[in-house]
Amino acid sequence: MERTAVRRRLNWQLARVVEVVAETSRTKSIALDATDWPGHLAGQHVDVRLTAEDGYQAQRSYSIASAPGDEHLVLTVERLDDGEVSPYLTEELRPGDDLELRGPIGGYFVWRESLGGPILLVGGGSGVVPLRAMLRHHRAIASEVPARLVYSARTRDDLLYRGELGGYETTITLTRERPEHWDGRTGRVDHGLLAETAWPPGERPLVYVCGPTGFVEAVAEALVALGHDANRIRTERFGPT
Amino acid sequence: MAPISRGFHGRRSETTEAERVPPGQYVTRDFPVLSAGPTPHNPIESWSFEIRGEIDEPRSWTWEQFIALPSERITVDIHCVTKWSKLDTSWTGVSFDTLLDGVDTSAEYVLAFCDGGYTTNLPLEDISDGKAWVAYEFQGEPLDPEHGGPARLLVPHLYFWKSAKWVRGIELRQDDLPGFWENYGYHNYGDPWKEQRYAGD
Amino acid sequence: MIELDGNAIAGDLLEVFGVDLTEATTVCAACGTSSFMAEAVVYMGGPGRVARCRSCGDVHIVLVTIRGITCVDMRGIARLQMTGMA
Repeated sequence: MERTAVRRRLNWQLARVVEVVAETSRTKSIALDATDWPGHLAGQHVDVRLTAEDGYQAQRSYSIASAPGDEHLVLTVERLDDGEVSPYLTEELRPGDDLELRGPIGGYFVWRESLGGPILLVGGGSGVVPLRAMLRHHRAIASEVPARLVYSARTRDDLLYRGELGGYETTITLTRERPEHWDGRTGRVDHGLLAETAWPPGERPLVYVCGPTGFVEAVAEALVALGHDANRIRTERFGPT
Repeated sequence: MAPISRGFHGRRSETTEAERVPPGQYVTRDFPVLSAGPTPHNPIESWSFEIRGEIDEPRSWTWEQFIALPSERITVDIHCVTKWSKLDTSWTGVSFDTLLDGVDTSAEYVLAFCDGGYTTNLPLEDISDGKAWVAYEFQGEPLDPEHGGPARLLVPHLYFWKSAKWVRGIELRQDDLPGFWENYGYHNYGDPWKEQRYAGD
Repeated sequence: MIELDGNAIAGDLLEVFGVDLTEATTVCAACGTSSFMAEAVVYMGGPGRVARCRSCGDVHIVLVTIRGITCVDMRGIARLQMTGMA
């Protein structure tokens, strides 16, 4: 049973870190237990707030990587070298620590089965995180809605969730590497790649595009140029953390 | 207070010069880019700096004229209301003493206006006597558009939202008119040493 | 300058209004364009966050957090309508 997770008073709460797992050399998935968690929809995010001993605070938003029915709430965080929050979350945080967060947040960038499809998910870098939640949910409910994923990462080592994404119609493209024996694509997600891999506009897919601002805007523009309905394209832009 | 996040320090530097840091501020080595709108990209040929309002003869300089004015290289500490302070920042710019030289005015206030529509207000005496500049270089290089280039206000003795980016001129006024952030609840004056962040502080 | 979108202020708006506004339809007071609040261009300004119309650039929403209280100014929105896809 899905709960409408968007209509409640939003408060900061403490979640206990259960596990921290390396996804890549720069990215960790943080599994959390939040006792007051109302459940969430695939695609939503949380705000995380850190407070230093002298009261200094920093706050960032992170997409939820886990599906609504998963055992723990999971956030996947990429460490940015000059980030303020991500180095802490990926290098310091450990099981047993408490993390202050509020959520779930956002009803716009959400997929649930009643919305139908087919669905096209396009993720750049960490932008794949909420899309992974959507696909995990899709699998958990044995949805028959046709789904395609286009995922852009810098290098093979940066790819998240490799094992999981294999079961879908997935196009992976690397932008900074041309590995030998690579059966995926290389180059950016551009008009040409989308023309080949996206659903035809006539299928009127629901599209979810997520990643850095430049990526999202280039992809959304290309999709519209290909004939996709702008009203059926949902976007979420990430900033540095 | 919110629960402490074990081991979190943020991106702050230690400083032994605590007397240079206003209350509630933290020293940073970064230079955060914070704006209320998109970075304007207008051709420098159409740039001008104006002084208008309570002035007998409004003044205006083109870019060529402006950078030909006597300029100064100054090193100052800057303090943002979001609690970061940056020490020993160096700028090149034209002092308002130069820009207002010979101006006779009954104005007591100034409203700075900028590309993109941002405004901020100050008492006229707070841009006089070596307290304020229109800066066009940072650390010896042309001021980056993200940081306010081609030119920004530089008023280091007040919180840095008063150092308006993309400044295009000032209006001399007899009455004070709150600017952008002042209208949304920030302090009308903004002295970091008195921690005047919000209206009513 | 990092330009984000309305998703970045969704948490603050949810805290203030008790309801998710990302799917709300906003009508720009300056140019009349309708769009989802999530599609506004958001600037994480120092003193506050500013959401602007993606079409004309005019200010839609200004959020400031003053003494721990988040204040929202939405004068740039002529009309706000709650919608949902299904």
